[in-house]
Amino acid sequence: MTTLLDVRELTVHFETDEGTVQAVDAATLSVHAGEIVGLVGESGSGKSVTALAILKLIRPPGRIVGGAIEFDGRDLLRASEQEMRGIRGSQISMVFQSPRTSLNPVIPVGRQIERLLRLHARLSADGARRRALAMLGEAGIAEPERRAAQYPHQLSGGMCQRVMIAMALATSPRLLIADEPTTGLDVSIAAQILDLLRDLGRRTGAAILLITHDLGVVAGICDRVAVMHAGQIVEWAGVHRLFKRPAHPYTRGLLQSIPRLDREFVMEPIAGAVPSLLDPPAGCRFAPRCALVMDACRACRPPAVEIAPGHTVACLAVEEART
Amino acid sequence: MTPLLTVDDLHKHFPLRSVGSWLRPASVRAVDGVSFALCAGETLGLVGESGCGKSTIARCLVRTLDPTAGRVVFDGVDLATLPDEALRRRRRDFQMVFQDPTASLNPRLTVQAMVEEPLRLHTDLVPAARRQRVAEILAEVGLEASLAHRYPHQLSGGQRQRVNIARAVATRPRFLVLDEPTSALDVSLRARVILLLAELRARLGMTYLFISHDLSTVKYLSNRVAVMYLGTIVEEASAADLFRRPQHPYTRALLSAVPVPDPDARRDRLTLRGEIPSPIAVPTGCRLRGRCPLAQPVCAEPVVLREIAPGHRVACHLV
Repeated sequence: MTTLLDVRELTVHFETDEGTVQAVDAATLSVHAGEIVGLVGESGSGKSVTALAILKLIRPPGRIVGGAIEFDGRDLLRASEQEMRGIRGSQISMVFQSPRTSLNPVIPVGRQIERLLRLHARLSADGARRRALAMLGEAGIAEPERRAAQYPHQLSGGMCQRVMIAMALATSPRLLIADEPTTGLDVSIAAQILDLLRDLGRRTGAAILLITHDLGVVAGICDRVAVMHAGQIVEWAGVHRLFKRPAHPYTRGLLQSIPRLDREFVMEPIAGAVPSLLDPPAGCRFAPRCALVMDACRACRPPAVEIAPGHTVACLAVEEART
Repeated sequence: MTPLLTVDDLHKHFPLRSVGSWLRPASVRAVDGVSFALCAGETLGLVGESGCGKSTIARCLVRTLDPTAGRVVFDGVDLATLPDEALRRRRRDFQMVFQDPTASLNPRLTVQAMVEEPLRLHTDLVPAARRQRVAEILAEVGLEASLAHRYPHQLSGGQRQRVNIARAVATRPRFLVLDEPTSALDVSLRARVILLLAELRARLGMTYLFISHDLSTVKYLSNRVAVMYLGTIVEEASAADLFRRPQHPYTRALLSAVPVPDPDARRDRLTLRGEIPSPIAVPTGCRLRGRCPLAQPVCAEPVVLREIAPGHRVACHLV
């Protein structure tokens, strides 16, 4: 499989009055062409900042201070703003959590897709209109002509998210970044949106980087998964391996924290909260919450070790138990 | 056993001024004939998607909304029609916790002051005794004593929800309405609040009405579960029965849509068409029939909630 997106040691800082917020710390992950990769973690883990960094949308006081982002063989960190504009929206597009606020409230939704197509795909007015209607239909919107003429406030939340997905995939991007695309939607609507993402991804060949806090969503549609805690990627594995043999104490803790519908289950939630990234713990950032913590964990950042093909874990306790 | 709470044919309609003719004024039928009973010590989970009327029921029970019709009998007294002064005196027995832990706290009061407030209103404790009680309650909900002098903005989301729970249990109520108490919290915090609620229930012998759209959490906390759709209950059963043998197509669709953290989970997917209709123009007959993949002509007839097995009620012509 060809690697489409390769993020290595990405580090993002935000300068604030109180000090430097170390939002993302040496995050490494990759997305192959056509696959769905999940990036999972609790709020404040740096998932969304990672996504914005990939699109180079980090604005001051934030700054990418280190690492490399390679997309389709191009080094994005060296790309000019003009080149990035060509990439955003046409080769990498993004779907956000709150579809209604991401759409322009004073322009009919169909016209918003047409504008994008005229800009990025250089289609004629007529061609853009036909393609926009076709995409709305693809996204499962009944009566696309009537819906295209409506404004976001006239559509339900699920319908707005379908419009966002239609728009994101209209230019046939190679990569779609979906940031919590189903959060805030009702369960049955969320299930429809996930089905739509998977089907459209398969049909258009677009790879998807799916950001979520919901391990159930990850299990449902992802091929590979990165688990993030306090700005660090702590575990990285194929989806079956991650759920069958989770290794990092944080991943195991997360799985112990969700009540289960499919079987009887006793919860054992993780202690403490995500540490402040203003002055994060020096070594492993999970150390203050970890039941397996050792002195060495507080001294230095645990290296990511491949414990099985394609399964990488950054944990000294796991490493020690193995050797 | 006589139930602690009996809700009998509860209706809450919100009239609309701008829609409908003068002959037939339109209204939002948020809750449209709901009945259930809760025994002391029991937890009833109330589930359904947004707009199904679950929060409106909660507000009618604690009388922050006046029901349009129906009875809410708590401990032998009909709360739905109780005069304000009598209602105020009974409030210490039933309390409520809301979804948004921040919006339900007063930003200008300290934790101490907020937890003390219900004690000041509902008990005769002298100030020193009240302070003593506040310290005990904070310990009970797992908040450090040092947080007592903090303001809401100095607390994390999980701590704020613990303050809300502390306020609700301060007067030792017998009945607690929990309206999506964990929805705004992160995975690990949510788990800890769920465990706290289970522990408080056991220790204080409280009865819960637990409202949530998160079926996994409802399964963890409830003895019985009622599923709502468009202002009515479509199925009610013991938690064990409902999750193992769901009967109503809506319950089945809802259960099959919940993401399960197991990539090998095989489940029969029952998918509903389209979205929830408006509660202004409620479909006649079975309210689900426009979306139900199993719908038959008979579904246009009115449908009632009937018992199909002991303690298992379903409102569907096809079951």
